Amino acid sequence: MKALRNFLDKVKPNFEEGGKLSAFRSVFDGFETFLFVPNTVSKSGTHIHDTIDSKRVMSFVVIALIPALLFGMYNVGYQNYLVAGTLDQASFMEVFFYGFLAVLPKIIVSYVVGLGIEFTVAQWKHEEIQEGFLVSGMLIPLIVPIECPLWIIAVATAFAVIFAKEIFGGTGYNIFNVALITRAFLFFAYPTKMSGDSVWIAKESIFGLGNDLANGTVDGFTGATALGQVATGSTTTVTDALGNPVGLNDMIVGLMPGSIGETSVIAIMIGAVILLVSGVANWRTMISVFVGGALTAFLFNAIGSETNQVWNLDWMEHLCVGGFCFGAVFMATDPVTSPRTNCGKYIFGFLIGVVAIIIRCMNPGYPEGMMLAILLMNLFAALIDHCFVQRNINKRLSRLNNK
Amino acid sequence: MAESIKIKKGLDIKLKGKAAETKSDALQSQFFSMRPDDFHGMTPKVAVKEGDAVKVGSVLFYDKANPDLKVVSPCSGTVEAVNRGERRKVLDIRLKSDGKFESVPFEKAQPSQLSSADVKKLLLESGFFAFINQRPFDVVANPNDAPKAIFISGFDSAPLAPSYDYVFDYTQCKDELQLGIDALAKLTTGKVYVSIHKDSAARAFKELKGVVITEFEGPHPAGNVGVQINHISPINKGEVVWTISPYDVVAIGSAFKKGTIDFSRLIALVGSSVSKPSYYKTYPGAEIASVVKGQVSEENVRYISGNPLTGRQVSKDGFIGAFAHQITVIPEGNKNNELLGWIMPRLNKFSTSHSYFSWLLGSKKEYVADTNLNGGERAFIMSGEYDAVFPMDILPEFLVKAIMDKDIDKMEQLGIYEVAPEDFALCEYVCTSKIETQRIVREGLDYLRKELA
Repeated sequence: MKALRNFLDKVKPNFEEGGKLSAFRSVFDGFETFLFVPNTVSKSGTHIHDTIDSKRVMSFVVIALIPALLFGMYNVGYQNYLVAGTLDQASFMEVFFYGFLAVLPKIIVSYVVGLGIEFTVAQWKHEEIQEGFLVSGMLIPLIVPIECPLWIIAVATAFAVIFAKEIFGGTGYNIFNVALITRAFLFFAYPTKMSGDSVWIAKESIFGLGNDLANGTVDGFTGATALGQVATGSTTTVTDALGNPVGLNDMIVGLMPGSIGETSVIAIMIGAVILLVSGVANWRTMISVFVGGALTAFLFNAIGSETNQVWNLDWMEHLCVGGFCFGAVFMATDPVTSPRTNCGKYIFGFLIGVVAIIIRCMNPGYPEGMMLAILLMNLFAALIDHCFVQRNINKRLSRLNNK
Repeated sequence: MAESIKIKKGLDIKLKGKAAETKSDALQSQFFSMRPDDFHGMTPKVAVKEGDAVKVGSVLFYDKANPDLKVVSPCSGTVEAVNRGERRKVLDIRLKSDGKFESVPFEKAQPSQLSSADVKKLLLESGFFAFINQRPFDVVANPNDAPKAIFISGFDSAPLAPSYDYVFDYTQCKDELQLGIDALAKLTTGKVYVSIHKDSAARAFKELKGVVITEFEGPHPAGNVGVQINHISPINKGEVVWTISPYDVVAIGSAFKKGTIDFSRLIALVGSSVSKPSYYKTYPGAEIASVVKGQVSEENVRYISGNPLTGRQVSKDGFIGAFAHQITVIPEGNKNNELLGWIMPRLNKFSTSHSYFSWLLGSKKEYVADTNLNGGERAFIMSGEYDAVFPMDILPEFLVKAIMDKDIDKMEQLGIYEVAPEDFALCEYVCTSKIETQRIVREGLDYLRKELA
């Protein structure tokens, strides 16, 4: 540790203004503060500070995402082997490792592109590197289909980081959730790579692991997500990739086609517990999303529909399929794009749940509503706050007038 | 029966180094220093020059805008120097004490039998008036105002703060406290409010006459006078209230009783770097060294005149501030080189965040806190942090943002007239983004005062 510190002190002058490597000052600074807590002391105001900092907060979100990530990797392998019919012969490690190899490039691309932009901007603006993208960079691979091409992810990540975050001023100033903007960009710019039947199951073998499904050796599988099946089908029955019907339990476990991190309710709930116990995510938002979603789904279910089977989904199923859980736990709770007032968080969360189910039920062309619901409510977060701030202002005014 | 108010939001930071309830005299302080900066809002005009002889109560400087408002010497002796900084700003007036504390005469009287004008004149002449603060703006009170009430906090809830139950001993300062209150009551057409802690045993406060006593319970900042005002009688636009510390009330009372001016007071020497934290009798402006005297063996420490949340950093050979009631000595955090600290368990460090485990270790455990920022400054990220430690009917984060925007209308609407920087000290402590809220609020109040003048 001492040797490392001495090494950093020795090379540091090269990175400072006028040094040989001053073009990488922000990168060096980023790694230095990552390794060692900076020795800065308080200059004004309080002489002592809480040990919490934004690195801690962001890394806890990443930790909370790990169960969903690991499960997602396993599920990618599972779907591939299931469709190929070789699941019985493959060991657990083979299945997982195949998924790992399939998902890893997406994580790398997302981080390299996003952090590259962040480092450049930090260098350009002479600021410290902000940790916000640590979370976004992990979220992005988890909300795309496994067959989404890497170059498209790179383009979408760059678009989101620049146009949804940096032009507003960087971490803490963005109006929309960066990871969701990435997904929205993908969805509207490359719809065929983001939806349909063919993108949810990995089709190529990697380093001899997994099975090649593309060359026609296997056919007759349905690669659609649960929501996709219900939206286009004539019953609410959901099947797995081989056509066997699945129930609510399977939806909760999550061995189903879908975006990489969104399928397993159990893995997401482990993350939710980590976020709530550590206080990193706000429970008000999270609970409200589920309440709003459940109530709306219940209402649609009570009305029922002959033609649109999504209406007939049970409210429990609505919450368990698609990106509802993942969005509620990891996306809606983003503190920067949520209202800042505690009362506002209830309304914000509730409306996300409501709007997500309404989009699912009322828009037959688009089975998933969570992404658009959160982005829509991001837009209204400031307005919700405004109402509660105005209430505080009016209270003070009436106190003055009633004097 | 006193009204009782329970404060729910807030935070008690349990630090090591609380003062034991023993007292001794501080060493003779050879030099004294009075800083105009301690009396925020005054523009000083120096009334003495180098070599002048002074007594306790001799005028050192007065306010340019309000020449009646004077700051006086806490000791007798001679003026050593008038230290000036950039653009001839007066940094401090340095005095050399003769150790006798001879006082200019003060009129011995029963303040309750004097007229308001006489009391005000006496307090202005003797320099006591400069110890009265006003809200809005948290500056030295303007003697021409008619405050709607005067508020006195009968307990200090800040980390390691002196226990008022111990400092304001019934037998020793009962009369002084009452006389001081009687004098203050003459300055307002409204009431004098004294707040005490629910568990307080301080008879000196409980048996006061002519005041409204309110009981408070709950964590810091329940003892902050601003919080108490907000709960008892919030300040509206156009209203002025005055606040004063019981230390200065006792000093006023003792002047009326004895006919001499005496600023001596019992302050606490505290902090994890102090070998035997306890109470010392000393004076405002005295040398820190006269109190600390060999109680601090470590080199890399920070001396704070005041508490660790709102105090002012002073050097080892610095002086006690005019409004400080404690000296805190804690380790500097500038040589930690903590490896990957942001992900470590950090069991020996306190945090309000449940991402650390100090919340599992119970509320009794005392921690050593150093001055490290524990992170880099960022934009606002987490929400609701400030609200959890800000027990007023005000939205702290929105107010801070309005100040950053210099939006005067919004500041007024969001209640800036009710707050002082000290009310935001806990917000600054818990802030994940390490935003300097106290500095921002101070600048906002000064800006607003200037714009509205």
